Amino acid sequence: MTELTLVQAVNRGLQEAMRADSDVLVLGEDVGVNGGVFRATEGLFKEFGAERVIDTPLSETGIVGTAIGMALYGLKPIAEIQFLDFIYPAFDQIVSELAKFRYRSGGQYPCHVVIRTPYGGGIRGGLYHSQSTEAYFCHTPGLKVVVPSTPADAKGLLLTAVHDEDPVLFLEPKRIYRSVTGEVPEGDVRVPFGVARTVREGTDVSLYAYGAMVPPTVEAAETLAADGISAEVIDLRSLVPLDEAAVIASVEKTGRAVVVHEAARFCGYGGEIAALLAEKAFYSLKAPIARVTGYDTPFPYALENLYLPNAQTIAHAARATARAT
Amino acid sequence: MSPGPSVVPLPYSPDQVEQHLGADWSSVMLSAYRWMVLGRTLDARMQALQRQGRVGFYGAATGHEAVNVAAGLATRPEDWIVPGLREQLSALVRGHSLETYTHHLFADDRDPARGRNMPCHPTAREVHYVSMSSVIGTQIPHAVGLAFALRSRSDAGVALAFFGDGATSANDFHAALNFAGDLRLPVLFCCANNQWAISVPVSRQTAAPSLASKATAYGFAGTRVDGTDFVAVYGHLRSALAEIRAGHGPFLLEFVVYRMTPHSSSDDPKRYQPPTWNDEAAAHDPVTRLESWLVTNHLLPADERARVFTEAEASVRAAIEAAEGTPPPNPGSLTEDVYSPHVSAASSGVP
Ligand SMILES: Cc1ncc(C[n+]2csc(CCOP(=O)(O)OP(=O)(O)O)c2C)c(N)n1
Ligand SMILES: [Mg+2]
Repeated sequence: MTELTLVQAVNRGLQEAMRADSDVLVLGEDVGVNGGVFRATEGLFKEFGAERVIDTPLSETGIVGTAIGMALYGLKPIAEIQFLDFIYPAFDQIVSELAKFRYRSGGQYPCHVVIRTPYGGGIRGGLYHSQSTEAYFCHTPGLKVVVPSTPADAKGLLLTAVHDEDPVLFLEPKRIYRSVTGEVPEGDVRVPFGVARTVREGTDVSLYAYGAMVPPTVEAAETLAADGISAEVIDLRSLVPLDEAAVIASVEKTGRAVVVHEAARFCGYGGEIAALLAEKAFYSLKAPIARVTGYDTPFPYALENLYLPNAQTIAHAARATARAT
Repeated sequence: MSPGPSVVPLPYSPDQVEQHLGADWSSVMLSAYRWMVLGRTLDARMQALQRQGRVGFYGAATGHEAVNVAAGLATRPEDWIVPGLREQLSALVRGHSLETYTHHLFADDRDPARGRNMPCHPTAREVHYVSMSSVIGTQIPHAVGLAFALRSRSDAGVALAFFGDGATSANDFHAALNFAGDLRLPVLFCCANNQWAISVPVSRQTAAPSLASKATAYGFAGTRVDGTDFVAVYGHLRSALAEIRAGHGPFLLEFVVYRMTPHSSSDDPKRYQPPTWNDEAAAHDPVTRLESWLVTNHLLPADERARVFTEAEASVRAAIEAAEGTPPPNPGSLTEDVYSPHVSAASSGVP
């Protein structure tokens, strides 16, 4: 075990995956000499050289499209998109090509590509360095989408992604890149996809969160405990595939559910959780499902603290849900 | 900012300058100098404030001043500026007020775009300066559309698209040049090649011999210009704009400049720039190059030079004071200027 920050754990995962398999390589903007603008690829260029740590021209289409070609031949590229906000030039490559190659080729051409990208707000990044648009990708059959909130999960989910035959979008909560530290197991210890993590057990209300929303959700649960409300916190960590059993089991215990995400509410991932509970845990519910989310507006700069859910707004919604009769 | 011994002199006699700049060359040069000093002063001040945490972010244009000021001075009010990351100074030269721009930098209640953007993303429709995203390259086709609209309404005016060297790898650069060539539109593509896209040198951005040469593939011409030589920049802008106004279709100008600062307030160039870079850049400092030419040619007496600096400092200081005394945007502004039927129901935290 080593104590690492979340971004260091990503770096460690990349390094170990590259040491273990010479087919694994990294490509993206500023990932080589500079070690990535967030330093996630620090040291890799020095260790593995320019053929395996590729500084690309400024084209996300180029990055993802080229990664696909590499994967068609059998390499295992890990593409870095500098910010999720800048992934859209590659959207066509992702949704039309990457997600559909295996299906449309009858399995002849699986696309073993991992796309890592920092996402989310809280860093004073304004409209285009803050967004949380996981729903676009979760809505695209063929992609897996995972979001760690701890260093151990960052490394463990990344190793699973690198070994997965299917394309994986690996979303990194940049707001907690350095603020969250934790013990990370040495070696090839993988965290499976499709398994949620119970962060805190509780009996009165279930709080579902992922990524950078996990810490304020835990903080909200602590506040609620002081008011005599026992909140269970579930870190989904794998959005596709979703751990349906864990989501349902928690509500079967508490009867009340609050979903938290920083993305806009309308057609956000929280709607999927709410639909799942309505379909499969309806008779366990004792109160309407609540969502605590970003506003249905573009992501603002000066007012980002108003936009983002925080421990107070989460606790407020959870309290109301826990007490609703 | 005294001209160091290593500064590369501007290679012109006054007569040659007149050929490039026209009859009012000396007033153009002095005006350019004043604006360049203002830009330099603002950059220095804002970078310091950013380090103190008084603004959230700052992207300097230090080293780009000759391009930005020449673009402001060589264009006409009916022209349009579609900016990339670093052309804010051209908005000021075209008449956007420094005070308003500074309210934007502080993202306060008097920012015309209501604090919604990161600093250095101003909006100034009154001077035809278009609002920008942070996404590299997406703005370039907008200039093509503006140029089409200008022509279809039979309005005078040229649309100028600005972008960096890195942006020439983006999809939208190619789409834009192709459309502009095909439609023979009054658009001037201006590449501010500061030789870096964050850590990636322009030599790794493309194998093409120059960025200007890319125009050839789209059926029009491009020229590479020393972007730290105000006279060359202004002269090339003036003649390209005249050609375009005469209906000869699009053109690409590549201005080679030196990025004299980190990419932004969140970058550490020591990790990737060669140790010689700063000296090379200083030798090509557009402000000292112009200044030393003016001094050598007796157009900038010492007291006038001192006055230019004092005035720039004073106006920057006043603008910052006004902004720091202004409250943040009204919370209600979060949900304005956007069609979003669910927005009132989405108030965070209220189930
Ligand atoms: C589509 C996109 N990808 C990546 C980024 C991140 N990024 C911001 S600036 C930059 C480099 C831009 O280089 P260049 O076009 O040369 O402009 P300069 O900053 O040098 O003026 C990058 C990669 C972005 N803003 N947009
Ligand atoms: Mg550049």
